[in-house]
Amino acid sequence: MAAVMLTAFDLGLAGTLLWLAWRLLSSSDLFRSVVLFMAFGLVMALVWVRLEALDVALAEAAIGAGLTGALLLSALARLEAVVEKEGEEENAQE
Amino acid sequence: MRKSEERRAAELALVMLLGLFGVALGWALFSLASFTASLRATVAGHLPGTGLANPVTAVLLDFRAYDTLLEMAVLWLAVLGVRGLGAVPPGHAASPGAVLDLLPRLLVPVLVVVAGYLLWVGSMAPGGAFQAGSVLGAAGVLLLLAGSGLPHGWRGRRARLAMVAGLIVFIGTAWGTLLANGRMLAYPSGWTKALILFIETVATLSIGFILMALFLGGRPPGEEE
Amino acid sequence: MSGGVLFALAGIGLFVLGLHALILRTHPLRKVLGLNIMGSGAFLLLVAPAGMPPDPVPQAMVITGIVVAVSATALALVLTVRLRETDGER
Repeated sequence: MAAVMLTAFDLGLAGTLLWLAWRLLSSSDLFRSVVLFMAFGLVMALVWVRLEALDVALAEAAIGAGLTGALLLSALARLEAVVEKEGEEENAQE
Repeated sequence: MRKSEERRAAELALVMLLGLFGVALGWALFSLASFTASLRATVAGHLPGTGLANPVTAVLLDFRAYDTLLEMAVLWLAVLGVRGLGAVPPGHAASPGAVLDLLPRLLVPVLVVVAGYLLWVGSMAPGGAFQAGSVLGAAGVLLLLAGSGLPHGWRGRRARLAMVAGLIVFIGTAWGTLLANGRMLAYPSGWTKALILFIETVATLSIGFILMALFLGGRPPGEEE
Repeated sequence: MSGGVLFALAGIGLFVLGLHALILRTHPLRKVLGLNIMGSGAFLLLVAPAGMPPDPVPQAMVITGIVVAVSATALALVLTVRLRETDGER
């Protein structure tokens, strides 16, 4: 009985993983993609725990989800700042 | 933006190709399943000699220490690249706001302690240099987000030294063992755990600073080329 | 179905999804996301088939892989931002 419940949980995890990946890759809003990516990383950490790879889970949560997510958000913000600045320069020239 | 018929067909072809590729991967996976040759037993056999109880740490810092050395080099190269691409874009010098003002002050000391714990416990339980280093890096990111960054005493040359210290220590150990034993990174017996912990400690510091520098995304203000 | 096989198949799925995005999407950030997901898929393919009891060697490789992936991502993102900045200065 416990084995069946655990397998259902695993199925749920794997399904969530694939669904998150699909959603974040097909989303039109970059910010949403990045946030979903961080969620993806956290679900991955859970998967590592299920696979009894605890060191990997720690590394994935901190580096894969946390730091990569922070890097992506920072890059997104800087890119938008560049676009804004270009818009201002164009307005100034008119 | 309407896709042309050609583009649609090309995308469909790509999806089918990728599907075939996926099936091929699945076939490779299942034909692999019959060979369960793994190094698990070998690692378990050699584990007592290292003085460690965590086999993953033993693999990372002893059995495959050279790979970890190269990994530290990759981190260093990434920082070189990030710093070499120009100065940090001028940030929004907005006042951080109440949460960001308080949170780092509360969390950074806690994160430093957690990092130290993860480093220490990594020899017997899940943890280790990379996990601890990433928590340190998170503390650094918090400091950057709060607008304060590193404490002034730690900036500039000290921070750069901290970033390379891990790699230097690792290479030094490799050279030392090479000259002593003739084999690189073959720790003298009895010294294994001590050496591993020493390398891990310096590596944790380096990883923390490097991850923070990667988040900063450029040369810090005030540092010349 | 043991957990190992399930997550290995998920790894294949992630790898293919990531590759699809890497090829088709134009925005550099989306390519980076696709690449990272490919990496996660590859990591699953390394660790999951090993099954229980846990095999430390692929786990160590995956930890190394995660660190290398974040290094590459950081560099790629800085390159993207710098490229965009200089593009506008024509």
